[in-house]
Amino acid sequence: MKADITLTVNGEAVRETVEPRTSLADLLRDNLRLTGTHLGCEMGACGACLVMLDGVAVHACLVLAVQADGQKVETIEGLNDSGLIKDLQETFHDRNALQCGFCTNGMLMSAYALLAGNSDPSRDEIRDALSGNYCRCTGYEAIVDAISAAADHRLNKAKGAQ
Amino acid sequence: MKSPAFEYVRAESVADAMSAYAEADGDAVYLSGGHSVVPSLALRLQAPALLIDLSNIAALSGISLHDGWLRIGAMTRHVQALKDPLIAAHAPLFTAAAPFVAHPAIRNRGTLGGSLAHADPASEFPAAAVAMRAELEIASSQGIRRVPADDFFVDIYETAIEPGEVLQAIHVPSPVAGQVIGFDEIARRRGDYAMVGAAVQAVSRGSGLEDVSIALFSVGNHPVRARKAQAALTGRMIDADAIADAQAALEDDLDPPDDPQFPASMRLHLARVLLGRVLANLEAVA
Ligand SMILES: Cc1cc2nc3c(=O)[nH]c(=O)nc-3n(C[C@H](O)[C@H](O)[C@H](O)COP(=O)(O)OP(=O)(O)OC[C@H]3O[C@@H](n4cnc5c(N)ncnc54)[C@H](O)[C@@H]3O)c2cc1C
Ligand code: FES
Ligand code: FES
Repeated sequence: MKADITLTVNGEAVRETVEPRTSLADLLRDNLRLTGTHLGCEMGACGACLVMLDGVAVHACLVLAVQADGQKVETIEGLNDSGLIKDLQETFHDRNALQCGFCTNGMLMSAYALLAGNSDPSRDEIRDALSGNYCRCTGYEAIVDAISAAADHRLNKAKGAQ
Repeated sequence: MKSPAFEYVRAESVADAMSAYAEADGDAVYLSGGHSVVPSLALRLQAPALLIDLSNIAALSGISLHDGWLRIGAMTRHVQALKDPLIAAHAPLFTAAAPFVAHPAIRNRGTLGGSLAHADPASEFPAAAVAMRAELEIASSQGIRRVPADDFFVDIYETAIEPGEVLQAIHVPSPVAGQVIGFDEIARRRGDYAMVGAAVQAVSRGSGLEDVSIALFSVGNHPVRARKAQAALTGRMIDADAIADAQAALEDDLDPPDDPQFPASMRLHLARVLLGRVLANLEAVA
């Protein structure tokens, strides 16, 4: 039996009718055409599908759309439009932290969640935060550089503002 | 892959969940964090007619102290094991184990109850529960019972939870003065399931260690209590000799599985190396 759900996606109220087996990722991609949430493995291993659900990063392939009923979802499109990850996007570009770009949205989501809770992460902490994100192109080093650089910029900006 | 079709209900109480299970004639699966259930559906390892979501049930949430025991609701997320001060103070092996469990986003959703009920032999929290001598609160249509962790883990993916029963909470006895703990594992990559792991707790007195409790994981079908190693350490101060005796005792405690990629002798060797490391780095928690 299909279920009616309502959720907030990138600040907008959304009402959809879904089969219970529909994952949050499929709802975002197929019903809402928010295709920035990528699907690699559909089993929690690759991290391409990360979104923010009620303020924490989760795998959209492992959450059923019906489980997200009544909750707030923020996708990479929402983060992009809000400007909250503009600095991360710039440092990823500067440091060549993406090649094919398939993993990048998930990487940015992990980086955003990390920096929200830890303004001065060590390289080891950055690697730990990315442990569930696969990248088949870059070898990770540049991604760690980019996140580390964005954290430094934010810290310098905060110091400058004092 | 995509999951096969199923029905979904969100239970509002344990009684609700159990009657939905009965009505489905057992062709149902409970869903807590869903991070083992949902991948298993996508991989089509199982195809139940009904998923019963437990996440809204008040009796399965909350963390509170009663008479020297910490009650941790089954729906408590892995991330709370990392961050919650009551868990850190009263169930410190869960806090020590949490960084080894999966990755940050999975820890945001996966639950302690789900991890224990799932009983993957390579999982961290089940071994921590055995080492802490936790007790598991299980609801059935007959009422509620508490099962010691030593009796809870029966076999690979098999626990004392009978079909249709609900794990409500995990009870952990608070640390006593002099309590020390240690937790570590060997894995191929950060966040992977362990190749071998060890959870240890003991009480350190002037005369030596008492109440030594050692649970090893990924060395058998469920967490294994290393009784001979515990005995080898009891009453002794931790030194190189005591550690060597405990390591030697693992030969009798363990009967690891043998597979071509990972022979039993290698698992036994790694278990010894790891136990030595953990014993050399025990930390005081009370
Ligand atoms: C990529 C990835 C990596 C992972 N790495 C690790 C790891 O390194 N270590 C580790 O330990 N785990 C790991 N996990 C598993 C993760 O920790 C799971 O979330 C956890 O094992 C199950 O918890 P859950 O809340 O998601 O349970 P669910 O998937 O919802 O349920 C698991 C099982 O328990 C049953 N169940 C759940 N709650 C109850 C209850 N209250 N009463 C009765 N039955 C119940 C369900 O019916 C199901 O059979 C990983 C998962 C993924 C996807
Ligand atoms: S698609 Fe969700 S983790 Fe790979
Ligand atoms: S840039 Fe191609 S997978 Fe990461």
